[in-house]
Amino acid sequence: MPELVPATAPRASVPAERANARLRAATRTAFPFLVVGAAWEAVAHAGLFPPRLFPPLESVGAALVRLTASGILPHHVAETLLRLAAGFALAALVGVALGIAMGRSRRAEDIALPLVSIGAPIPGLAYAPLFLLWFGLGNVSAILLVAFVSAFPIVFNTWTGVKAVKDVWVRSAQAMGADNPRLFRLVILPGALPYILTGLRLGLAQAWRILVGVEMLAAVPWGLGWLIFGAREFLNTDVMLAGIAVIAVIGLALENLVFRRLEEFTVVRWGMMA
Amino acid sequence: MSAAGERARSLRRAAVTLLVAAALYEATARSGLFPPALLPTLPAVARTLVATTLDGTMPLHALHTLTRVALGLALAVAAGLPLGILMGRFAAVEGFVLPLASALMPIPSLAWVPVFILWFGLGDTVSILIVFYAALFPMLLNTWSGVRAVNPLWLRAAQAMGADERKLFWKVIMPGASPFIIAGLRQALLRAFIAVIGAEMLAASDWGLGWVIFDAKEFLNTDVMLAALVVIGCIGFVLERLAFGALERATVVRWGMVRAAKE
Repeated sequence: MPELVPATAPRASVPAERANARLRAATRTAFPFLVVGAAWEAVAHAGLFPPRLFPPLESVGAALVRLTASGILPHHVAETLLRLAAGFALAALVGVALGIAMGRSRRAEDIALPLVSIGAPIPGLAYAPLFLLWFGLGNVSAILLVAFVSAFPIVFNTWTGVKAVKDVWVRSAQAMGADNPRLFRLVILPGALPYILTGLRLGLAQAWRILVGVEMLAAVPWGLGWLIFGAREFLNTDVMLAGIAVIAVIGLALENLVFRRLEEFTVVRWGMMA
Repeated sequence: MSAAGERARSLRRAAVTLLVAAALYEATARSGLFPPALLPTLPAVARTLVATTLDGTMPLHALHTLTRVALGLALAVAAGLPLGILMGRFAAVEGFVLPLASALMPIPSLAWVPVFILWFGLGDTVSILIVFYAALFPMLLNTWSGVRAVNPLWLRAAQAMGADERKLFWKVIMPGASPFIIAGLRQALLRAFIAVIGAEMLAASDWGLGWVIFDAKEFLNTDVMLAALVVIGCIGFVLERLAFGALERATVVRWGMVRAAKE
């Protein structure tokens, strides 16, 4: 409770203390990784498993540096991110439009909801072979599948959001003379926005999870999923683990851009969690 | 219009939508624009579905998939539930596990498939471990949130009324955390079902719904694929609706932790 701190507390040492606290926090976060890393090293060097299958961390690191320096890894990352962006943009566009239509028009809702509800419970990758047959191996299938799968949470959340806009707001705006475009832009869109954002974030997470799998199946020449799946043929476990590390970093970045703020805006603000 | 009338109209429209969609598909399939191997007619898909169900292959595939889901999920619950509770109760455990979980969680479970294939060979172990990985984090993090979200007032009230640690745990913390735990279980099950399909495609065992779909691609058996998709959809729907609605009604709704879903 900050208000209970005596006003005479020494102020000069505050920056130093803050740096100190940050250092302690960093150490606390690093500690579990050090323990797990040490355990991994111990097992890898003990010779229990062949080093090709269970490489020590230094060879994973070496693979990471080698692949980055040669430009191969950045190329894989770039292709993966491009696919993610293309698929997600398509899903966002179609998903938000469809969700708004469903929220605003009873007829659109009755027509689209059965189709969306039938498609949603099927795991995304189950569609993959079908897409590959229909659209061929490669980028088109991968991007369409990512878009298709990540559109579901976007549609559902946008639809819910538009329906959750208070009737009173809509009616008072109409009573004050708002026409349809203004009603939409000034009342419905802002009212539904929290839900739409949630949908977009969930959709992005979904797109990321599915993309890695699709890249393994769709025989694309570049991409992180392909990098780790292709490395299997040559028993390059170090390359695989380096690829997984990069996937983790990208996933973490997406999630932090995404879920940290999501939580701040919802559960934390509503006082459900500290 | 009355609520019942509106509902009837919605149902009617839904039926019309599905019929129109089916008719459109059927017309496209019969128009000869696409090779029938890629776009089989609905009767062909239905025939395949019935035939594979009657000769027992489709149920057996489903059984294999569900067994993998059950085993992986059981492992995830066995690991995630106690660990989540410990994280919620002890800051030291939280401080150790949380950074690791946050680093591992954003890795899609399928990224581990190639590594697990090298380590454990093709087959059941890989699928089960992938399911475990996918289901672990929702279970762990929801349990942890649930235990932390237990109202401190309840804890202090129970302690003041003389509850010992064991009673506190079973009578206050567990019921208090249960809505979160059940939400975690539901999320874990859905993730597990998604993961198992992908794992089966990549880790090529001989049985499983994911494997059927992927294998059918090799022989252009699109009817088999669509039949398997129907089965997967039905299982997904049933898992989502039936299994957990009943569980929730029997526990948290009865305890008054959450409002019953509107009828």
